Amino acid sequence: MAFLEIKNYNKKFGELKVLKGIDLSIEKGEVVSIIGSSGSGKTTLLRCINFLETPDVGEMILDGELLFSDLESKKYTEKILRNKRLNFGLVFQSFNLFPQYNVLKNLTLAPTLLIKTKAKKLKEQLKGQGKKFLEIKKEIKEYVNSERERIEKEALILLEKVDLTEKKNSYPCELSGGQQQRVAIARALALKPKILCFDEPTSALDPELTAEVLRVIKSLKEGDRTMIIVTHEMGFAKSVSDKVVFMSEGIIAEQGSPKKLFTNPKTEALKNFLANTGDKEGN
Amino acid sequence: MEEFVKVISQLASGFSVSLILFTITLITAIPLGLLISFCSMSKVTPIRIFTKVIVWILRGTPLMLQLFIIYYGPGLVGWFNWSSLNTGWTWFDKTFDPRFIASIIAFAINYAAYFSEIFRGGIQSITKGQTEAGQVLGMTKGQIFSKIVLLQVIKRIVPPMSNEIITLVKDTSLAKTVGVLELIFRAQDFLDDGIIWPFLCAGLFYLIFVGLLTIIFNKIEKKLSYFKA
Ligand SMILES: Nc1ncnc2c1ncn2[C@@H]1O[C@H](COP(=O)(O)OP(=O)(O)OP(=O)(O)O)[C@@H](O)[C@H]1O
Ligand SMILES: [Mg+2]
Repeated sequence: MAFLEIKNYNKKFGELKVLKGIDLSIEKGEVVSIIGSSGSGKTTLLRCINFLETPDVGEMILDGELLFSDLESKKYTEKILRNKRLNFGLVFQSFNLFPQYNVLKNLTLAPTLLIKTKAKKLKEQLKGQGKKFLEIKKEIKEYVNSERERIEKEALILLEKVDLTEKKNSYPCELSGGQQQRVAIARALALKPKILCFDEPTSALDPELTAEVLRVIKSLKEGDRTMIIVTHEMGFAKSVSDKVVFMSEGIIAEQGSPKKLFTNPKTEALKNFLANTGDKEGN
Repeated sequence: MEEFVKVISQLASGFSVSLILFTITLITAIPLGLLISFCSMSKVTPIRIFTKVIVWILRGTPLMLQLFIIYYGPGLVGWFNWSSLNTGWTWFDKTFDPRFIASIIAFAINYAAYFSEIFRGGIQSITKGQTEAGQVLGMTKGQIFSKIVLLQVIKRIVPPMSNEIITLVKDTSLAKTVGVLELIFRAQDFLDDGIIWPFLCAGLFYLIFVGLLTIIFNKIEKKLSYFKA
């Protein structure tokens, strides 16, 4: 069984059927690009994978664990959803950095909040063991502090990876779009997701800034990261992907190696799509 | 000179009443406004529509009219008379005047309605993207509100709130119409003696206070200018 298995994902918005039975499997360490014309359901699929939308029908298995099932989805509480979401990271087209925090805090905020939640649980546990109040307090404090240190250290390593160490104290409004998107990538990585998803990470960027973001994503591939990338950059999809998925009107019309899809498209839809985006292919 | 001292001390006493009215209105209308704003964004349609109608009425009719209804209304329907009410509540050596209480109620409700619209606008203007960024990072709803949305909302509502709050300073003079001894009321006292200049003095009181508030709001705005939201 593959690392990620999506089976028969269906999603409607009102009467509009946006996903009509998506089957997709992804191996560990694989980079999958999703291409397709506007409105074909790419973003919706990513949002369903990330539990921002709930599919009406379907099943998802990650690493052998049944993560989503339409039979259970009504019973998913906020807390359950939160834990499920943590399996994935999502990088948005519009970055969505937190404007009031500097770069480093953007990376450390979520992991720190998770630690605080864990600390609360730990406290209950220690209380259950009948430990003294002061002892518990000391132990919790030590735990939180050492975790904080770890989180910050890891964040700094990530910033180095995306080449933004010297910007760690800057605020998002002081950064270029490309830099903001690289921070967003580092922020998603800080939670160590099993799969990192990108929704057109360079669409909001000036052409001269896309290269630096694409370079960072490519460098992640070398780190053996499992990634799903929705993109309009055909050249990039061709060079970075192990597998390309072409979506058309809510279904996966074609999938396979980049070579197979780009040089030998089978469906009319893909042929048309490639012909229309052909002018971009050169770069 | 003696006259001057008399005027100023009487005006100061009137201004202290205005100031208390202002302060209590502010600290009750803000939480009430927040509550109303949540109701007006409720997913439960009846609650949402009911709240919107109430806000529409409160913003769509003069505050003076609302004040009259709250002050004279209970008497008209034979419920009770504010003027014959002895609250028994004291503030230092003074007893709380029922007229004053009625005014506070009218002001708080009216301003809560205005504030609620500012809060609603502020909260809804924070893009869905910010909330979703928090969600995919595993944050709870409470964390998303307190750690991400709140400060951005505050930054956005400071300018409209400062406008509204400055208007409130001047609106306190409406309490005069139900007999609260606020600043204008006290200044008018001197008209019987043929002295008009206390009115100008009263104006100065308002000006100075509004000036102080303006400085405070500018400070807050500046403090929040380190980020763009
Ligand atoms: N929340 C929603 N409510 C209603 N309709 C929606 C919603 N989200 C998406 N849709 C519709 O679903 C269809 C697919 O949208 P989606 O955003 O998934 O397309 P996409 O492939 O990502 O397109 P693009 O390349 O333009 O980003 C569109 O017709 C869109 O209008
Ligand atoms: Mg999209």
